[in-house]
Amino acid sequence: MSEPLFTPDEQKTFDAGIAELLSHYPPDRKSAAMLPALRLLQSLKGWLPPEGMQQVATKLETTVARAYEVASFYVMYHTQKPGKYVIDVCTNLSCALRGAEGLLTYLEQKLDTKAGTNGPKYFLRETECLASCGTAPCLQINEDHHENLTRAKVDALLEKLS
Amino acid sequence: MTILTEKVMTRDWARPGQNTLAVYKQHGGYAQAKKALELAPAAITDEVKKSNLRGRGGAGFPTGMKWSFVPSLEKNTKPRYLAINADESEPGTAKDRFILENDPHLLLEGIAIACYALGAHTCYIYSRGEFKYPSAVLDKAIAEAYADGIFGKKLMGKDFELNVYQVRGAGAYICGEETALLESLEGKKGWPRLKPPFPAVVGLFGCPTVVNNVETIASIPRIFEKGAAWFSGLGEAKSGGTRLVTLSGSVNRPGTYEVGMNTSIRELIYDKEYGQGLPEGRSIKAVIPGGSSAPVLTADEIDVKLEFDAFKPLQSMAGSGGIIVMDDQSCVVRSLWRVARFYAEESCGQGTPCREGQPWMARLIRKIEEGRGEMADLDNLVNVAQAIAPWPPIGLGNTICALGDAGALPVQSFVQKFRKDFEEHLRLHRCPLGNAPWGHFGEFK
Ligand SMILES: Cc1cc2nc3c(=O)[nH]c(=O)nc-3n(C[C@H](O)[C@H](O)[C@H](O)COP(=O)(O)O)c2cc1C
Ligand code: SF4
Ligand code: FES
Repeated sequence: MSEPLFTPDEQKTFDAGIAELLSHYPPDRKSAAMLPALRLLQSLKGWLPPEGMQQVATKLETTVARAYEVASFYVMYHTQKPGKYVIDVCTNLSCALRGAEGLLTYLEQKLDTKAGTNGPKYFLRETECLASCGTAPCLQINEDHHENLTRAKVDALLEKLS
Repeated sequence: MTILTEKVMTRDWARPGQNTLAVYKQHGGYAQAKKALELAPAAITDEVKKSNLRGRGGAGFPTGMKWSFVPSLEKNTKPRYLAINADESEPGTAKDRFILENDPHLLLEGIAIACYALGAHTCYIYSRGEFKYPSAVLDKAIAEAYADGIFGKKLMGKDFELNVYQVRGAGAYICGEETALLESLEGKKGWPRLKPPFPAVVGLFGCPTVVNNVETIASIPRIFEKGAAWFSGLGEAKSGGTRLVTLSGSVNRPGTYEVGMNTSIRELIYDKEYGQGLPEGRSIKAVIPGGSSAPVLTADEIDVKLEFDAFKPLQSMAGSGGIIVMDDQSCVVRSLWRVARFYAEESCGQGTPCREGQPWMARLIRKIEEGRGEMADLDNLVNVAQAIAPWPPIGLGNTICALGDAGALPVQSFVQKFRKDFEEHLRLHRCPLGNAPWGHFGEFK
């Protein structure tokens, strides 16, 4: 027998979370809770493992195929296990005009990786405008937002990643 | 002088604790909702009409009129919904985020008034997936409002149930488009719907639904504080109120500012209250006036006021208020490539012209920018853009949703206004600016 997906505590959190989410929608529209349900699963496991997708589909009374269709449409869902630190760097126009291309190169060198490669520790990605255009350049590390970046600030941020 | 003297949206942002219910209420918060809820729903919509409030999500559509498209309960007995668009993803735009962070109860008070006017008992706030902090502030504010009896079985003590939920997106620009947003709220991938029918008649779960931007609804309490006449008087022509704009790129002081509708882009860039100009010796090359999809302006065209209708003669748009400045040392071809790549990446893939055309345009621009292009590529580029959305005039798109236009209009306008720069890349077989295409602030330090 393989390990169960959730620890008993996680299972409780998941079940209660889904029940709460379903109460936000009409009773005949359970599958509307798909986005928040996937977010809940990902917050517990760090990604969307197949057994979790099955549980989401069952609770929402829909098919696993539908769950995957949604998960693959949105970039924030990880259907593959990502590196420990997902680093999203905005390289859109406002940020590019404030040094974002240099920021990306700087990170590639410091982390010894290439943007777009999912490594065990770092998953460095280019991302689109993060609504920080007036406070550019910016990045997110595991969804924590950092703006007005300089080399010194990036150094300090990276130091905290063990 | 056209510098704003009275702040409206940002008025209270500097107050410590403004994003908590206690402080918000101490300074008169929720009193406007109390006042408005004494009126008949139709009278609320009338006030909003009179205020000349126009949608801040991009199209500038009159808000009161949008509300009045919702059929009466006699004609359509289905429940109705309010959906708040907090997806803020148009490149260059960073304003709604600050409303959520600094004054979330202003939005919630606006929601209370709007839902009562619309007869909507449920409101979903669709917020951008990447907004971890703004969403946390909003969640807390919603919980405070429930605990205080503002939302729930009785809206502020009235016999009217109102539930408000935040739903977080997951990284798809297209979900800012109103019908894609509704699909996403229904738990699906964000594929825009064909219109008509419009959401006001057939929206969420097939029911009448109003979709409004965060800034739009956060303006509502102000209208009931000082009156529709005051609000429309603040504005210019048919655009009531003030505007939040984001100034970015090659300026000394980028940031998010509240400006008057009669403030011009030139004033926004140069005034000491706002952008404080460009560095010594630099001049303006190009300005995108309303988020990256808005047709670009040249340095001669920036005396335009930020009011919604003022952009029509320029064949551009006020859009989402994202103003991006490129200086004379930044490469317009490289800039356009960044923009084109975005729309190529974010096309939902439902329709062929957009799914195939946007990446094709991005590849052609990159080819020209890297010096690998020939004249035929430039002609081809314009032809592809023209097939997705002819321009000028603005608004002739051939696609299911306006993302088609959003990707085509920058291409059309950049090539038309800066053709020489494109041709120079073709002639030199490289970027004339060499390895430093991003202007004065383009180096990472
Ligand atoms: C591709 C695309 C993306 C959009 N993104 C947003 C957005 O992020 N936020 C927003 O408020 N409106 C966005 N809109 C506009 C919405 O479709 C809609 O018009 C708006 O939310 C209506 O609100 P308003 O009337 O208050 O402006 C977008 C439109 C398109 C075509
Ligand atoms: S225009 Fe583009 S984004 Fe809009 S529906 Fe068509 S393919 Fe999707
Ligand atoms: S362009 Fe980078 S945050 Fe907007």
